[in-house]
Amino acid sequence: MAEFEPKIIAFVCNWCTYTGADLTGTSRIKYAANVRIIRLPCTGRIDFMLLMKAFAKGADGIIVSGCHPNDCHYTSGNFHARRRWIVFRSLLNFMGIDIRRIIFSWVSAAEGAKWAEVVNTAVKEIRALGPYDEYKNLSPIRANWRTEHAG
Amino acid sequence: MTEKKTIKKSSLDGLFKALKSGGKRVLAPVEGNGRTIFREVDSYGDVASGYIQTTLSAKDALLPRCEEMLRFRTEQSTVAMEQGPPAPAPTVVFGIRPCDAKSLAVLNAVYLKDYNDELYRARAEATAVIAVSCTSCDEYCFCTSVGGSPGDTTGSDILLTEIDGDTFLAEIVTEKGTALVAMAPDLFAAAADSAAGKQLADVKVQFDLKELEKKLPGSFEGPVWIAQSLRCIGCGTCSYVCPACTCFDVQDETEANRGMRLRCWDSCGLGIFTLHTSGHNPRDVQSQRWRQRIMHKFSYQPDQLSVVGCVGCGRCSRACPVDMNILQHIKDIVEAR
Amino acid sequence: MQDKIIQKAGELLSGGDVKVVIGYGRGTGDRVHAVFIQKPEDAGALVMDARCLQNLAVYLPKQEVKALGKPAIVARTPVMRAIKQLMYEEQFREGDITVIGISDDGQVLDFPDLKSMNEYIDKIPLALSPEEAAAVAKLDAMTREERWKFWMEETSACIKCYACRASCPMCYCPRCTVECNQPQWISVPAHELGNLEWHIMRAMHLAGRCVNCGDCYRNCPLKIPLNLLTQRIIADIGDNFGQEADYVLAAFKPEDKEDFIR
Repeated sequence: MAEFEPKIIAFVCNWCTYTGADLTGTSRIKYAANVRIIRLPCTGRIDFMLLMKAFAKGADGIIVSGCHPNDCHYTSGNFHARRRWIVFRSLLNFMGIDIRRIIFSWVSAAEGAKWAEVVNTAVKEIRALGPYDEYKNLSPIRANWRTEHAG
Repeated sequence: MTEKKTIKKSSLDGLFKALKSGGKRVLAPVEGNGRTIFREVDSYGDVASGYIQTTLSAKDALLPRCEEMLRFRTEQSTVAMEQGPPAPAPTVVFGIRPCDAKSLAVLNAVYLKDYNDELYRARAEATAVIAVSCTSCDEYCFCTSVGGSPGDTTGSDILLTEIDGDTFLAEIVTEKGTALVAMAPDLFAAAADSAAGKQLADVKVQFDLKELEKKLPGSFEGPVWIAQSLRCIGCGTCSYVCPACTCFDVQDETEANRGMRLRCWDSCGLGIFTLHTSGHNPRDVQSQRWRQRIMHKFSYQPDQLSVVGCVGCGRCSRACPVDMNILQHIKDIVEAR
Repeated sequence: MQDKIIQKAGELLSGGDVKVVIGYGRGTGDRVHAVFIQKPEDAGALVMDARCLQNLAVYLPKQEVKALGKPAIVARTPVMRAIKQLMYEEQFREGDITVIGISDDGQVLDFPDLKSMNEYIDKIPLALSPEEAAAVAKLDAMTREERWKFWMEETSACIKCYACRASCPMCYCPRCTVECNQPQWISVPAHELGNLEWHIMRAMHLAGRCVNCGDCYRNCPLKIPLNLLTQRIIADIGDNFGQEADYVLAAFKPEDKEDFIR
């Protein structure tokens, strides 16, 4: 049987991580193809409901990444986001949601190599955790079509 | 056709086993975590005892809070229907109260009278009701004011009534009931002719239903609605705990090119219930929604469907966060002027 | 205490500035419920005892209550806290309402204005009671799988009646996120996913705003302990951002913890 390939959604900010991921590509650094990147203006714009949506729609893991502290294009978006994540992670953990599947990182526009490292590590970790069926099969439509929707 | 037999309390577990081995799913009130709700049970030992009324009615069995209606798949510009939901499992609902059994007449009137709702019909046909008469009541109960009684057989397939500490009188009301008895005939004994010894709660008549029905049409513009509902916070609790509320919302959920249509409970207490796409809301404030609730149950439904939309179970009053006591409010309307 | 409230309500209504006093009155059976007193001679109907727990601030944004004119409101600690938060969120301004405060030890408090009420309430930090903290800790002590099972079991009872939302003074949005369907943010039906998403969303939207009045739990017809979620957040806010932080999710500190960020 083929090895399980996790589906990972990355929510990244436009100014640092997205540009950093671009640099990974232009630097010809190879990294795992399991990640689908969604670009948002700022980590401050990454609503927690986007993360819930990703799990509900079948993600096995999530990466959330943006500018390092003090590097925010809008001065403080990442600081606000960080506070929200502290509360959100704790709430999810309290509800029994597997927060090992949500990986947070700061990746600047100059850190192409770090992005590859973040993705590769995430893929390795989430592959070890296995598919997140517990969450993704909650909705009737996914549960009822599970077999045809493998992965 | 009512036939009378008796069954020992100690035989009920045997009845459950017989029903199960006959392929029936048995739903009964189960108590836990501060609520008494209907769940699938394996033995009579799991059934709650001493409840006056369950937290939720057994409506979920016939009209689930979330029910698959159909499935579809889009291909280019066409939509293909997929096979719909599986046929409902043969079910016996045990332990509902006579008021709830009576509420089935309201559901039937809405879903089968003018329009034949296939989903509902399939569930109704697959479901049999073994109700248990009330030996006690509380200040929220008023079944006798809306045409019911603690030992009313309406809507039940079998009604069990305590006649002494360990025996029930079984009134077998319908053919479905007869079929259930036939699954465990040895557990039932012939009953004496008289119905003596029935232990029933004493539920006093609290208002004159005819008087209410007469008064309502003229009070549409009256000041009573806002006076009563000023404290209403506009949740949907009353409708969702009501055994006779039938309104629903339709939600489509999609995944890639597949979709599923779901029917979900809805409530006239919620502002969005009547909100138009334009932004206009014909029931803009809570007093209009409260008026709708009372009018619908006690005026429109008697007029249009010949049933009273309330069975007096008292759940809405018990559950209401702000003490919108339906019995008190109705009494106030009847006694006004 | 009850007599003083009655006296105060009568004075306010006679004064002419206040048009309605929102308080508690005798309900059906042994219940109490909210009453809206508009005439000084009716003030005698007001009640104050241990049963008076509803957070009356929920009525302040209600259209039909607003139509009655300037309100005075009988307010225990959680109600005062709610009023302060609503004021911060610009739901009303100084002078819009009068507060008849009730201290935790049963004194009737006179506030000349909302500013003085805010100063009073600022001195009482929002913290979980030992019983509440113990209930939260009990869940914390479980394994993740046990917690998941616990919440799946509890939320499976949810019928989405939204009594939690309707009874919460902080849930005043005319259009709730669950009703926003272009796009559909969270699932509406009361199935497992819809219920889980609802409870996560509700708790998150109350983060840093919840006053822990307990109405969401008290009013849940199925008695789902959903106040544990907001209590977990209140504890997190205290642990991570300190008590002095008022509107914690509208603020930040450069030194906030980030040991979970790679």
